[in-house]
Amino acid sequence: MKKKTTVFDVVLAVVMGIVCVTCVLPFIHLLAVSFSSSTAVAAGQVAFWPVDFTTASYEYVITGGKFLRAMSISLQRVVLGTLLNVVLMVLTAYPLSKDNLPCRNLLSGFFVLTMLVSGGMIPTYLLVSGLGLKDTIWSLILPGALPVYNMIILMNFIRGLPHEIEEAAWIDGASPFQTLVQVVFPLLGHSLATVGLFCMVGHWNDWFSGMIYMSDPANYPLQTYLQTLLVNFEQLLQSDTTSNIQEILSRMNARTGRAAQLFLGALPIMCVYPFLQRYFTKGLTLGSVKG
Amino acid sequence: MQNKWQYFLMLVPGIVLTFIFCYIPLYGVIIAFEDYNVGMGFASPWVGWKNFQYLFSQPTFVRTIWNTLFISVWKLALGIVVPVIVAIFLNEMRSNRLKRFYQTLIYIPNFLSWVIMAGVLMDILSSSGAINLILNKLGIGTVNFLGSPRVFPWTMIFSDVWKGFGYGTIIYLAALTGFDPALYESAMLDGASRWQQIKRITLPLLLPTIILMLVLSLGNVLNAGFDQIYNLYSPSVWETGDIIDTYVYRLGIQQAQYSVGAAVGLFKSLISAILVVTSYVLADKVAGYRIL
Repeated sequence: MKKKTTVFDVVLAVVMGIVCVTCVLPFIHLLAVSFSSSTAVAAGQVAFWPVDFTTASYEYVITGGKFLRAMSISLQRVVLGTLLNVVLMVLTAYPLSKDNLPCRNLLSGFFVLTMLVSGGMIPTYLLVSGLGLKDTIWSLILPGALPVYNMIILMNFIRGLPHEIEEAAWIDGASPFQTLVQVVFPLLGHSLATVGLFCMVGHWNDWFSGMIYMSDPANYPLQTYLQTLLVNFEQLLQSDTTSNIQEILSRMNARTGRAAQLFLGALPIMCVYPFLQRYFTKGLTLGSVKG
Repeated sequence: MQNKWQYFLMLVPGIVLTFIFCYIPLYGVIIAFEDYNVGMGFASPWVGWKNFQYLFSQPTFVRTIWNTLFISVWKLALGIVVPVIVAIFLNEMRSNRLKRFYQTLIYIPNFLSWVIMAGVLMDILSSSGAINLILNKLGIGTVNFLGSPRVFPWTMIFSDVWKGFGYGTIIYLAALTGFDPALYESAMLDGASRWQQIKRITLPLLLPTIILMLVLSLGNVLNAGFDQIYNLYSPSVWETGDIIDTYVYRLGIQQAQYSVGAAVGLFKSLISAILVVTSYVLADKVAGYRIL
């Protein structure tokens, strides 16, 4: 189709450009604030470029220690949690993808029902505390260990694989476990990467379980720690009397410190989201495939 | 197929964990009819409908239902309209490279947590923040986006649409790119303007997707966005900004009124379940969409 560029096209490109800019500018502003001096920020001079460039806020992140401790908890959680998610999703999706599995409908109903009804916040909280999981990393991982929706996406994908491959493995005498590990698993590729990435992002972004299940702030994962900054970073800074930090504190304030930590908390997501985008539509359409 | 038992063995871990963390809490909702005490757990003394009667006699609770519906219905409506418009406009763009670049930018906010988004919003929406600086320059004056009960719900609605419209846009754009170019070519031969093409071809073809998304989001009508509102609200805006989930959290977990909190949870869960089932039946009937 050959069309010549009209005024309409230019206007369209500009208008859409403005829409896109609104999605990005706040983060650039955040970054600029995090590298600016506290006086410039307080005077409202900082827009999208640092004024009186300083790295004080980032020095605070490193020497203050709380950020790094929370981040290491989050990293542990992402690794452990995603691994558990992936193992459980594959183990559950594979048998459920077999149409001739006895009681298949009953079994998949057992999982699907949990998407429709849930006990809600309070009974789950009481159960997790009752099991003695509070203040352990398991309280963040176990309650959502099997993400049912993603499992179904995976199941539909497995159903779409050519049957001949598996049949060949059975004829060669492979057991279901061997077939799953050696034949089906290597074929999951993109779809597993998609659901795996979604699980990772979910673990990284979750702040609420950290808030209700961790009574000691030393156990907070990163997003929960960041949440506390929204509420009372000012007091936190004032109460910090460690001597080596006083000098850094004199060069920053709550707003620049918060900006730096929020930006660092967002950074991993900003690095992986282009990959999410690539698999995104694929994952969405996978969900709608009916076997 | 031999060794069928191995399939069941694979299912065991998933079944056990789902049973513990989904079905036991499901049974645990009976505390909504009990006077929960920690020592007796789920077998606390039975009080029947008392917790529900208490709840519905509380004006603060009835208020949260209205707030929840108001915020979530607006989010739902704008959460469909805005992405559809953006997707159509992006689709009309001539340069594919620019289109892809724009597409990448608009869903940055979608994948970030509400904690981070709340931090960003608090910064730019504060009385000395970027938005108010601009408003002041334009002579509009300072708007108290997060502290005024009249403005707060709209701040929630628009910031949610802003965070999420990139996600919706991909879905509609995926549908749009699948349309037959021959339709547009013949329309152009007949002298249809681009505006007419959008109205007569694009929109009607997009309608099934729009209906599907609308129906699927029905189940979320009682979720007005806990993560967002909890991180941005304050007692001064409870009047219009307190939603069911924030209410349950304050009552159930912060004040440890477990039974009353569970009663709210049960109430919400039941209505949501009915809505979800209805919406999936509708999605199947209207758009032929099934998840299983």
